[in-house]
Parts: sequence; C-alpha cells; structure tokens
Amino acid sequence: MIKKLIYILVLVGAGIIMAQLFAGFSGSTELSETARYYVESGPEETGAANLVTAVIVTYRGLDTLGEVTILFTVAAIIAFFMKTREQRDKPKRRVSEILTTGARILVPGTMLFGAYIFINGHLSPGGGFQGGAIIASGFALMLLAFPQANLSHKTIRWVESISGFSFVIIGVLGIFMAGGFLDNSILPLGNFGSLFSAGAIPIIYIFIGLKVGAELSNVVGHMHEKQKEI
Amino acid sequence: MEIFQLEYITLITGGLLVLTGLWGIISQKNLIRMVIGFSLFDTGLHVIMISIGYIRNGTAPILDKAVDKVNAAGQIVDPLPQALVLTAIVIGLGVTALMLAYVVRLHKEKGSLNITNFKDLKW
Repeated sequence: MIKKLIYILVLVGAGIIMAQLFAGFSGSTELSETARYYVESGPEETGAANLVTAVIVTYRGLDTLGEVTILFTVAAIIAFFMKTREQRDKPKRRVSEILTTGARILVPGTMLFGAYIFINGHLSPGGGFQGGAIIASGFALMLLAFPQANLSHKTIRWVESISGFSFVIIGVLGIFMAGGFLDNSILPLGNFGSLFSAGAIPIIYIFIGLKVGAELSNVVGHMHEKQKEI
Repeated sequence: MEIFQLEYITLITGGLLVLTGLWGIISQKNLIRMVIGFSLFDTGLHVIMISIGYIRNGTAPILDKAVDKVNAAGQIVDPLPQALVLTAIVIGLGVTALMLAYVVRLHKEKGSLNITNFKDLKW
C-alpha cells in the first residue's frame, strides 16, 4: 500500500517536472542558427544529399567515432559475460520447415539490403548504423533457423578491427590532405546526388556499416551460444 | 487548436512514454520488465528530441528534386536533433543488450528473475 503511494508520488512528480519543461515549448517555425549553417553550407562543403549524414559523418564525425567505440565496448563486455565452454546439446525440438526455407530465401536478401542501405547512406535515409543493424538481423534469423551453426568469432573480430582501423586512418588522412580530422574532402566531391559523391563519406559509412554489423552479430552470436548451453 | 499540431502530439506522446518507462522501472519486480521499462524511457526521450527539432510543415532533411539546395533552409526540419537521436538509439541498443546480458548472468546465478530475491546489496 505505502509502496503504491510512493510510486504514484514519484510518477506525479516526474509528470509535473515534465509539464513544467513542456510549458515553455512552442513549435519552432524556422531553423536555429547552427542548423541553418549546416543546411546552407553542408551541401557545398560535404557534397552529401542527406544532411543528417553530413552532420554525423563529417561535422560531428568525432562523436560517431566515440559511438562506435562504445558499441565495441558493449560487444566486448557481453562476450566476457557470455563466455561459455563449447558444449553442444541437441536442440529440444526440430526447427520448423517454414523457418529454414524462409531463412534460406531471406538471409541473402537481408544482407544485400543492409549493404545497399549503408552504401547509399549519403543519398537516402539510412547509413552505416542502420545497415549494420539490418545485417545483424540477417545473422539473427540465420541462427534461429540453423541453431547448430556457429558464427566464426575470429572472422568477426578481423572484420571489426580492420574496419575500425580504416575509419581512424581515413580520419587521420583528413588532417594531412584536407581541413582536419575526418574531413571528407580528401576525395573529390563528385557530382551532387550521385553514388560516387560526397568525398570520403560513402567509404567511411561502409566501414561503419561493416563494424556495426560485425559488433551486433557478435552480440547475437554470444547470446545464441549462451542459450545453447542452458 | 494549438495542441493538435504535430510537434505537440509527438511531445506529449514522448512524455507519456517516459512516464510509462519510469513506472515500469520503479514498480516491476521482474528484471526483464525493468529492462523493457528502461527501453521505453529511452524511446520516449528520442521522440521528445525529434519533436523539439521539428519545424512546422518541414520535410525530411534530404536534398533531392523536391527540396533544392537554394531554398532548403525554409523547407526542411532541423537535421541536428536527428543526428543526435541516431547516436542515442545506437547507445540505447548497446545499453539494452548489456542489461539483458546481466539479466542472463543473474538468472544463472540465482535461478530467478524476481528482483526481491537479490538482497546482496540491500541495506
């Protein structure tokens, strides 16, 4: 009883705080100064049609590097927690025919779609993180359909390390060949709106996509192995 | 009515999601449900951030045939909160995965998902 009262008090308190915060909110009708700068000089400076990509990969590229590092840390901690002795027991029941056949058809398409998403990150909605998540979901489907399969953690580690390393190398190249760390104009900006444009952004996004895909697949694979053990 | 503008609707939805998540965190005893509460809280914050960056009648910040470079500033929504939310979603995913890994570990330790059975740190 007294607990319920406390819950209600906390919720009402939080609600009042948020209502106070929201009271001063009036929908904006024009862009703020920072956003205006990004919108007006983003297309010329970065050549990316998708302005969110321009902000993420170039203007705030350092944040993205930190974000990828956080994901790496998460994957490493989960790998540490989920460490198991390799022991395989038989699955409790057979995987249904529909799931295996569906996975056979869908998994290659899912991988291709993920790659499409991160290669076109500078032109369309999407990018490295979304594409990587789609690739990892393809691996999750594969592991559901074929529970005896195992992801090769060695391959995943290599893909992840090489793409992370290349990301930093491209960033450092920006210091020497262009304006600063992670500057994308080390490559020609190309024709605005075409696939080979926006300088280094597509290349950086491909590496981010591979890295995120590898990290999330690693997490999925570790959880899967853990499940096999229990 | 002012309140039926898109940005107000999304803002209030986000606020309600945050409160639902908070309720889940403080009142639920099941560890998985607490993780879901955190996830809802997270999602609510994302929705709030997006609605703050919304410009009335704006479209997605992608330049194409419909939105040309010259007039873009008057036609699109703020790209900055969207970039921040993209970052926040990824971090939220990482935090959720980490919490679930802890839950698996705790369940292996005590064989229970009920938070009241974990008294080791209680004073």
